[in-house]
Amino acid sequence: MESVDLIYKTIYILVIFGITLLIATYSTYAERKIAAFIQDRVGPNRAGPLGLLQPLADAGKMFFKEEFIPAQSSRTLFILGPGVAMLIACMSSAVIPFGDMLIIGGREVYLQAIEVNIGLLYVFGVVSLGVYGLMIGGWASNNKFSLLGAIRAASQNISYELAMGLSIIAVLMMTGSLSLREIAAQQAGFNWNIWYQPLGFIIFLVCAFAETNRTPFDLPECEAELVGGYHTEYSSMKLGLFLFAEYINIFVASAVMATLYFGAYNFPFMNELGALISDDPVTANNVITVIGVVVMFLKIFFFIFFFMWVRWTLPRFRFDQLMKLGWQILIPLAILNIILTGGGILLKDHFFN
Amino acid sequence: MEPLSNRSKKLGKKEMSFAERAYIPAIVQGLGITIKHFFKKKATIQYPEQTRQRSDVWRGLHVLKRDEQGRERCTACGLCAVACPAEAITMIAGERKTGEEHLYREEKYAVTYEVNMLRCIFCGLCEEACPKAAIFLQDDKIAPARYERDEFIYGKDRLVEPLKTTETK
Repeated sequence: MESVDLIYKTIYILVIFGITLLIATYSTYAERKIAAFIQDRVGPNRAGPLGLLQPLADAGKMFFKEEFIPAQSSRTLFILGPGVAMLIACMSSAVIPFGDMLIIGGREVYLQAIEVNIGLLYVFGVVSLGVYGLMIGGWASNNKFSLLGAIRAASQNISYELAMGLSIIAVLMMTGSLSLREIAAQQAGFNWNIWYQPLGFIIFLVCAFAETNRTPFDLPECEAELVGGYHTEYSSMKLGLFLFAEYINIFVASAVMATLYFGAYNFPFMNELGALISDDPVTANNVITVIGVVVMFLKIFFFIFFFMWVRWTLPRFRFDQLMKLGWQILIPLAILNIILTGGGILLKDHFFN
Repeated sequence: MEPLSNRSKKLGKKEMSFAERAYIPAIVQGLGITIKHFFKKKATIQYPEQTRQRSDVWRGLHVLKRDEQGRERCTACGLCAVACPAEAITMIAGERKTGEEHLYREEKYAVTYEVNMLRCIFCGLCEEACPKAAIFLQDDKIAPARYERDEFIYGKDRLVEPLKTTETK
């Protein structure tokens, strides 16, 4: 790799890392604000204009809280747990294409940190590692409630990963590629995968809720039954890291959903708009790419909003209902979706080629 | 058992339709309800800046009135303390000395007069009992929150209406 590329990649990775953290920070603010609005309240509005400094105040509070490590707990693992959760949450945004390519001085610059031809597999591998953080943290707490929460998290993630993977297979059958950049590029204009995979999208959406431990699937941290779930014993910034990791996971899940099903950075009439803006293909391409990045983030924000919207709409599932939904409904539906997609592809090949 | 009448309603679990079992229409309906609330007018009152509209007969913080010449009206008769159902009012009476006529209207006055705002139930019986029209519950002030319990025992320094000397300027 050339040194220019290396520098560019370093800067880009840092920028994406920063954006990820920023979005996760302000997700906490958005969560409280949206919760308030849905409940006819106004939410935090004292710290700074519109309460925009609230996340900083929260972080400050977190840092000044007492650092508590329970007796008889495994100290190393207790500290490792939130660290693992955070690290893994941050890793997965590396392969997501936040935009197409910019042409700067004749050099093609892709707005994606790492292009790997197994991008989707990478995301899945990393996301499924996320449960290790919760499991280690919950087990190391030396507390029955924490352990129960951790076990719930583990079993829930494993169950829903199956259905999630199967719903992805249908997408892969259509795109024929695991590279997220390729998948995004194939959905140019308004040719989004959601039009071909509505059932797959619903399955993926439900599984994404379960994977990120969001309501209605937030059984690992179910206050009513398990005190605080896997983070019962955590305090100070270690608790903060767990909560933060959850918001980063939401961001990544939203980004993956936007990429897989909602055309990533593509938007309707992008090529026509490019032709309208400028005759110079380089300028047109750059303008369209920048708009595309904005569109991508709008889609991600919509999904983050949706996560929070659902949180204040649906009550929590019971654990047996959750397992039944995962194993008896979503997996058969996902398999049906694969069969339907396969049939569709065969029919298309037969009649339209 | 043989039914006594034919009016008994037959109860039982109704079979759910497919749409109900699929759960998704219900979710969409619920999402619709929550998003409607998102745009509704908020019920919050921004407290220190805004206050809730109070009724005209609101009974708030007590005040010990003065008469037109700025003399304290209270004569320490104790009727308010007797009338008080929460026993929040205590006082010590004293005799007016010569030269204090401009301070107290009657020959007997309250040396100390204390209302415990934690005991007080703001019923207004003291102002009904008062024969001298000395104590009133104001309609625009409340006893604010404090950190210590003894800060809630309001003495004469906080109860007596301030003298209208500021008009001289």
